[in-house]
Amino acid sequence: MSDSPVAVEQHGPELLHHFADAEQQRNAASLGMWIFLGTEIMFFGGMFCAYLIYRLAYYNEFAVASRTLSLPIGTINTAVLICSSLTVALSVRAAQLGKQKLIVVLLVLTLLFGLAFLGIKGYEWREKFVEHHVPGSSFSFDEPMPGHPEAKIDPRHAQIFFSLYFAMTGMHALHMIIGVGIFGVLIFMAWRGRFTPEYHTPIEIGGLYWHFVDIVWIYLFPLLYLIDRHK
Amino acid sequence: MATAAFSHEREHYLNKEYGIRSWLLTTDHKRIALLYLVSITFFFFIGGFLALLIRLELLTPAGDLVQADTYNKLFTMHGQIMVFFFLIPSIPAVLGNFLVPLMIGAKDLAFPRINLLSWYLYILGGILMLHVLLTGGVDTGWTFYTPFSTAFSNTKVIEAGVAIFINGFSSILTGLNFVVTIHRMRAPGMTFSRLPLFIWAHYATSIIQLLGTPVLAITLLLVVFERAFNLGIFDPNRGGDPLLFQHLFWFYSHPAVYIMILPAMAVESEVVACFARKRIFGYNFVAMSSIAIAVFGFLVWAHHMFVAGISLYSALIFSILSYLVAVPSAIKVFNWTATMYKGSVSFTTPMLYAFGFIGLFTMGGLTGLFLAALGLDVHVTDTYFVIAHFHYIMVGGAVMGYLGGLHFWWPKISGRMYPEAWGRLAALLVFIGFNLTFFPQFILGYLGMPRRYWQYPPEFQVLNVLSTAGSTILAVGYLLPMVYFLWSMRYGKIADANPWGAAGLEWMTSSPPPTFNFDETPEVTWEAYNYEHIPAAAEVPVER
Repeated sequence: MSDSPVAVEQHGPELLHHFADAEQQRNAASLGMWIFLGTEIMFFGGMFCAYLIYRLAYYNEFAVASRTLSLPIGTINTAVLICSSLTVALSVRAAQLGKQKLIVVLLVLTLLFGLAFLGIKGYEWREKFVEHHVPGSSFSFDEPMPGHPEAKIDPRHAQIFFSLYFAMTGMHALHMIIGVGIFGVLIFMAWRGRFTPEYHTPIEIGGLYWHFVDIVWIYLFPLLYLIDRHK
Repeated sequence: MATAAFSHEREHYLNKEYGIRSWLLTTDHKRIALLYLVSITFFFFIGGFLALLIRLELLTPAGDLVQADTYNKLFTMHGQIMVFFFLIPSIPAVLGNFLVPLMIGAKDLAFPRINLLSWYLYILGGILMLHVLLTGGVDTGWTFYTPFSTAFSNTKVIEAGVAIFINGFSSILTGLNFVVTIHRMRAPGMTFSRLPLFIWAHYATSIIQLLGTPVLAITLLLVVFERAFNLGIFDPNRGGDPLLFQHLFWFYSHPAVYIMILPAMAVESEVVACFARKRIFGYNFVAMSSIAIAVFGFLVWAHHMFVAGISLYSALIFSILSYLVAVPSAIKVFNWTATMYKGSVSFTTPMLYAFGFIGLFTMGGLTGLFLAALGLDVHVTDTYFVIAHFHYIMVGGAVMGYLGGLHFWWPKISGRMYPEAWGRLAALLVFIGFNLTFFPQFILGYLGMPRRYWQYPPEFQVLNVLSTAGSTILAVGYLLPMVYFLWSMRYGKIADANPWGAAGLEWMTSSPPPTFNFDETPEVTWEAYNYEHIPAAAEVPVER
């Protein structure tokens, strides 16, 4: 980036040459992230649409298949993610107040919560492999129809549930991994003391991304784990 | 460039730095536009070569040039390369990249490094696509219809899907950059109601790219997963629904047509106003019709599925909505025509392309209404009528707009004039060649010749020969500009800042522009297209 030396003298080093002032730059970055999150909604929306259609078509199979997911583990993971969102929000506050050490601590905590989530998710996936609930030639699903103990549910339709389960949680996990990478960079920048009360846009927009990925999980958890649990 | 040796020459974006690094690591939107220009031209000629092979095979009724399997791969690769690697990036990534910051008085796009990233994503996807092409190709048709693509095809579906997936992010990031730039980077006084219509149309295009492309991304990803990991989401044997794939695919791929045509309309508004020397007629209507096309464009996708087994009632609704899309398109056509009425029209090359665009786009649009009609659509579905219709929009519309725009802004991009006589000749060849290629296909389709077959009954031969003859004229028409554009970079007449006497901020800076576009950030106090205050330039030929 070829900054003109004049601009560097007049403003902070973070201001890129093509912006008039820091406020314009911050507004542009923030708008850019919001629009990007809009595209992410459309991306996940394709899968939510498929989920909706198949859940309406194969409700009983979806309910039975959903019960094989571990409710305690899913709940714990949801709590872990909500905690990570809290630490992100606090880190933005810490940046606004200029508390350098606190920023690093909170960002590291966020990263650890994120890794914990991925670890627990990996354990859950492993369980599915053990139980042969992974779509493909080795898939087997032998459960009775609820209310009709003599009838079996159609394993092919349960397989569609697990196809969507793996596609949706897999895409969510991929976004978590990208988020962990982003927060690794943010921790490095915070550790080098790059953030000031005047300039902490990266934490803000990185935080926006993190919150978005959390919100996707807030929708995934009831849709995948909580079908027909009240019976 | 030889001229660069002169040390007294003014510094501009082309001669500021030299060497391959200064291009591959540039964040200057104008240089990135040229990177795109070179790369999409490369893919255009590959896609065009495949089209010529298709036309050669169809010269005779028998399948004598290629086997049926090879033919399937030819039309698939032609479609995928032309749609995803030429048409969708063409005007936005080249002309839009170059002009959006210039037209609103900004120094660059809001995110210059993301702009460069999007070019690299395009190249990465392109290399993967070339790999697919050279190692066997894909035979699913460009539409990847399931369950053939997921369960039966033995070709490189996964690689092609990933290539288009990666390329999609390039498209998303370009759209994101444009929207943020248009919102946040306008010069003082450049209100939304003073924006050139080029910007309005690119804004609408970007919205489609942002909302549509992610859906295609997840759809292709699910196809890839289904092939790679044996999911059953689109597999009817396991209760999956192939129609779901078609819905998701066309949710992007129908609006994608508007990603191609809206930027061409963007070019038309600038060119028509300039060479009629009048303020564009009905500025607000033309601006809002771009937004309306973006909105309605998302509500018509299932007209691609009238014979696929969707319910009659949803087909009726999609048919009506498809008619509605014609309204904003017609508003534009009528407004351009009204702009020319009693204008001082000069028949320069860009204007010839604009005339071609308006005529061919109207043909394509009207035949689109035929296809939106439920009864007639059943008769011509999957025939050459459909092929002719969408080529009138995509080639007659989008490519004519792209070429017209390249000629119009070539003096700004290169600092040189192209040879006007050659330009007009090429425009004429493109127009004649195009019509000779595709008009016979309307008749072929109406007579019942199906698309995607390498053989046909002998009674269709005369029309097919005409079509193939036309395609060779078209090819010459496309090669000519490439030759004389390259020629003009060295030998063309030096262009001054505003050779056409055009309105717009991009003409108020020097040609080629300096790296930061304007020596001083302009302050806008006038409406767009204030041609009553701008003298006609000497450059516009007055002979005839």
